[in-house]
Amino acid sequence: MAKLRRTMLYVPGNNAGMIKDAHIYRSDSVMFDLEDAVSVNEKDTARFLVFKALKTLDYEGIETVVRINSIESGFGEEDVKAIVRAKPDVIRLPKTETADDIHEIESLIEREEKNCGYETGTVALMAAIESPLGVLNAYSIATASKRLIGIALGAEDYVTCLKTTRSPGGTELLFARSQILNAARAAGIYALDTVYSDLNNEEGFINEIKHIKQLGFDGKSIITPRQIEPVHRIFAPTEKEIEYARKTIEGIREAEKKKSGVISVDGKMVDKPFVERAERILELAKASGVLKDEKEGEND
Amino acid sequence: MTENELGRMIPKKIDHIGKLLPFEGAYSHTPLVKKEKGNRELPKLNKLINSIEEVIVKTGLKDGMTISFHHHFRNGDKILPMVMNVISEMGIKDLTIAASSLTSAHSGLVEHIKKGTVKRLITSGIRGRLAEEISNGLMDIPVLIHSHGGRARGIETGQIKIDVAFLGVPSCDVYGNANGYTGKSACGSLGYARVDAAYAEKVVLITDNIVEYPNTPFSIHQDQVDAIVVVDEVGDPEGISTDAVRITKNPRDLLLAELVSEVVINSGYFEPGFSIQTGSGGASVATTRFLRQHMENRDIKASWALGGISGPMVKLHEDGFINRLLDVQSFDTEAIRSIGANRYHSEIDASYYANPLNKGCAVNKLNVVILSALEIDTNFNVNVITGSDGVIRGASGGHSDTAIGSGLSIIVAPLIRGRTSTVIDSVQTVITPGSTVDVLVTDRGIAVNPRREEIKARFMKAGLPVYSITDLKEKAEKIVGKPDPIKFRKKIVGLVEYRDGTIIDVIRQVEN
Repeated sequence: MAKLRRTMLYVPGNNAGMIKDAHIYRSDSVMFDLEDAVSVNEKDTARFLVFKALKTLDYEGIETVVRINSIESGFGEEDVKAIVRAKPDVIRLPKTETADDIHEIESLIEREEKNCGYETGTVALMAAIESPLGVLNAYSIATASKRLIGIALGAEDYVTCLKTTRSPGGTELLFARSQILNAARAAGIYALDTVYSDLNNEEGFINEIKHIKQLGFDGKSIITPRQIEPVHRIFAPTEKEIEYARKTIEGIREAEKKKSGVISVDGKMVDKPFVERAERILELAKASGVLKDEKEGEND
Repeated sequence: MTENELGRMIPKKIDHIGKLLPFEGAYSHTPLVKKEKGNRELPKLNKLINSIEEVIVKTGLKDGMTISFHHHFRNGDKILPMVMNVISEMGIKDLTIAASSLTSAHSGLVEHIKKGTVKRLITSGIRGRLAEEISNGLMDIPVLIHSHGGRARGIETGQIKIDVAFLGVPSCDVYGNANGYTGKSACGSLGYARVDAAYAEKVVLITDNIVEYPNTPFSIHQDQVDAIVVVDEVGDPEGISTDAVRITKNPRDLLLAELVSEVVINSGYFEPGFSIQTGSGGASVATTRFLRQHMENRDIKASWALGGISGPMVKLHEDGFINRLLDVQSFDTEAIRSIGANRYHSEIDASYYANPLNKGCAVNKLNVVILSALEIDTNFNVNVITGSDGVIRGASGGHSDTAIGSGLSIIVAPLIRGRTSTVIDSVQTVITPGSTVDVLVTDRGIAVNPRREEIKARFMKAGLPVYSITDLKEKAEKIVGKPDPIKFRKKIVGLVEYRDGTIIDVIRQVEN
């Protein structure tokens, strides 16, 4: 089953208490931040703390991601050295603008993997796109490395570059979101949305989740455990969707027996894309606990 | 035959009845009855005394006696300090203080103990500087720690004999009818004070709010009260009650609350007409929010809630999810408002609440209770009185009472606090025995007492994260390690009394 990446929880890399508890809220991924959440005079503290946490704590199967500093900042290379050694699942590169940025970080990661005696490709890579140039280069970024598992939008820097601000409806982000999503899908990798930072606007948050789900995103970055439940809830398929997906799969099995490519479910024509969608819905339903694995039930 | 006061001849004795007392005049045997019939000033008949000092003299308080206080004014209490300062100045010595609990408002007792005014303490809890000093060996006689139900039992059976009860009340009339929910110092239920009012030899009410007679509905009644003193203020409203308790936004508490609610609904106890008590902690209160959702979804209503009542519970009552509230202590302004306004938000006293030896206390009828813990051990014994440094810092409260009385006792606590594990091999001080604890809910999984295999099976079926309690302990120790044992001296500074009056544990002086 494909890995779920509905929620990626930001955890400041300099906060030992939060690092220790990062996974207990069961987001799909946790992201230890060495970049913007950490002030310049704490960069090495945070790097060391995250290194130790990854080496010693058991994150119980929750995907671990580390957002490192950019290479230009002067901290990025040291980050790669320490973090690759600690073997998180993913390193996330901020402020990616070109395919060359990816090549540069990839060669650093590869070098460290060799130094540590790890197999090449042990640590996956994710790129955050946070500027108009990055958005325009989305496809070449998305296809720059085999390590890349996804690209993400970082909206705060991006809207500043656009000379605007974030609005509740997110009109200003529509182009970037669509572009990044398209690039990710064309490259066959994950598309991840930006954070929603107005914690007191529950309705606005819900609307944004519905919006990005409809666009096709796999999930979004989140800044507090409180944001996990709404995202998972909205991404969970509805009973109606599950029912329809089941019928589709059953229908296609029947059709395969009869060696026919096209079937009809509830009076609508169904073919290959429908089947793929149905499979994805059933997988998502199982993963989000809406649908219990039938085999599990028998063993109770 | 004897001639009585009216000249009637009355036999001295009658077979099968015994000696007869002849009438000696309407006023001679009832000293409190007014003698000035026809005097238009009579409605002013009252029990008012001018000052604390005067009332102390009037009660006949002497060296070595036992006096009592309640803790409904919590951190805002001014009664105990006020009375003790006067007693101290009067030079009375060697008193025993039997308080329903002691809070951070009572640090002044340290000086009274040092001076010899106070010789012994009997209480549910101690906090702050007083607790630290006691843990460091301040007193010669160990403090007796009791549960709320245990205190009521002790008072009713005569184990705790109160000579004078000094009871602060938010409103009172001149004849001694008092309640807790009117006045600037409103505290809601007077549940703990009512036991003292009923059993103390002398009862003194202290109020800052004299109201018109009769002050109905009343919690403490005129027939129990000896004297009343009016003072400027009985408490600091800020310390008496918190503003309406709000559902926490702390993610960990919410995580715990959600897990607790899952435990409740999958326990088998979540059915129409169930009853519940929650504590006042963040996670415990937040549980009400998640439970409400499940109650709505499954169309389940609770018959009653017990406790320690706070705003979120009141909201459930007012919105029709809980039929009745039984309230021994009101935690916030919302609960205080509600106990005055809602017909089925009833005040109960501590004996009704939890006395194990009366003819039936409310905890016995409780289905589910949600409790906290400072420490819990692998035998499910719970400590809520001493901290990880061995110093007293909490209260026994209704913990052991509700744990044994309820059908399902749930302990909720983060698995790791600061840098120590909450689950350990053996708790420092046992307040509640593990044989009365059913489920532990932590932020890293739940554990079920092996006594309750049937509940565990239900949780497993529901897909809840069930571990053995030893697994949880090891999980925590992997992260924070095992602390060095705390060093104690030999001296016993506290006795922990179980609700039945037996001693369940002792607290020793900390090495310092």
